[in-house]
Amino acid sequence: MSKQRINWYKYAAPANFYPLAGKLIPLFAIPAAVLFIWGMYVGFFVAPPTDAQQHEYYRIIYIHVPAAWMGMFLYVLMALYAGVGWAFNARLGSMMATAIAPTGAIFTFISLVTGSLWGRPAWGVWWVWDARLTSTLILMFLYIGFISLQSSIDDVRRADRAGAVLAVVGVINVPIIYFSVQWWNSLHQGATITARSFKMAPSMRSAMFIMVGACWLYSIAVCLVRVRHIIREREQEAPWLTESPA
Amino acid sequence: MTNASVQSMFAWLVWRDLILAWRRRADVLATLFFFVIVASLFPLGIGPEREVLRTIAPGVVWVAALLASMLSLGRTFGNDYQDGTLEQLLLTPQPAYLVVLAKVIAHWIVAELPLVLVAPVLGLQFGLSQNSLAIIVVSLLLGTPVLSVIGSIGAALTLGLRAANVLVALLVLPLYIPVLIFGSGAVQASVAGTSPQAWLLLLGATLIVSLVFAPWATGVALKISVE
Repeated sequence: MSKQRINWYKYAAPANFYPLAGKLIPLFAIPAAVLFIWGMYVGFFVAPPTDAQQHEYYRIIYIHVPAAWMGMFLYVLMALYAGVGWAFNARLGSMMATAIAPTGAIFTFISLVTGSLWGRPAWGVWWVWDARLTSTLILMFLYIGFISLQSSIDDVRRADRAGAVLAVVGVINVPIIYFSVQWWNSLHQGATITARSFKMAPSMRSAMFIMVGACWLYSIAVCLVRVRHIIREREQEAPWLTESPA
Repeated sequence: MTNASVQSMFAWLVWRDLILAWRRRADVLATLFFFVIVASLFPLGIGPEREVLRTIAPGVVWVAALLASMLSLGRTFGNDYQDGTLEQLLLTPQPAYLVVLAKVIAHWIVAELPLVLVAPVLGLQFGLSQNSLAIIVVSLLLGTPVLSVIGSIGAALTLGLRAANVLVALLVLPLYIPVLIFGSGAVQASVAGTSPQAWLLLLGATLIVSLVFAPWATGVALKISVE
């Protein structure tokens, strides 16, 4: 039993987190850039070229799949932060949720756009009402609802809490929506076009995981930048911010 | 807080909202006519082929019901919020859950029940069989309370905000999607001649789960908005 405990709560205070975030940003941003370049290189030049079914355009998978995953993870993470900020009255948690929302929405949007760009040559259509596509679309609606609710409330405290309620309700609903869309889909079309489960060569897999890592690091870096802006905006009256230009 | 006081307050709240709605009958009728007009626009836009109309009827009736019930959401708490009644209600010793449940029930009777009663007439316009008409009524009876209770979360969150009506649509419509799928799925199944039982059971399950959890979330949201 050590006598000196690390005070984990220290960095829950925006005044302490602000400089820490400033130091952390390059630690995430630079590896993110490196991984992006490396992942692109592996994806374009190392990963095996085409098989008979998937032509060169299959390489869009290296951005499509990471973006789709990030869109889903970030929603859960956002709800988690919003819930923590609300339950423990921790301002920083709510600020993090607000900071994550645009990144999540952008990743969801990227996955929809790349998906339809991929679908055009692969399936011959830009859009199919496939269960996965539809539920991703609905996920984007949920993000838009969260962002527009928060931006239309002027009182910051109310915006944080209202956003938290909406995010938590949304998280509970996501599985229900997902399954209902799946059942709906199986009702309408018997055998629909699904993403082909083709075996992945090791270099393809590594390219994809490098890109997933890059997307994670990018998201963390961008959210830290954004949360610093939010802290500056909300605490502009605070003495620690007006005195020391960190 | 005795049991009797909870019950009497609950009954009083429902009764009061019903009386208030009765004194503003035009609002109720407006929602109802909106429902009828939206559903009638589809044949005009698509064409009068009976077969086409019969296939789209379940979706059209359900989407129209979704939109109509969304229109009236602002009224669930709006007036009480403006004149301060809502704050007093939340200050009473009775739990916010019951306040919300009472108001949701009143909202359902005022805004949704008329839709359920009119829906078979719309179904006739679309050439549905008698069996399908019955399924429309049953599915709406099970589904519209879910719309009321989930919609109350959105109504509570957007109390007193600018552009609250548009915002409610953004928040609530994505959450309505399962109800739309289950409800129109039931009607579609009966149009196609298969058993709608599975869809109706799913609707019933959604109703029970949302009645347990959603009023609680609405109560929390109301306290946030009134604070």
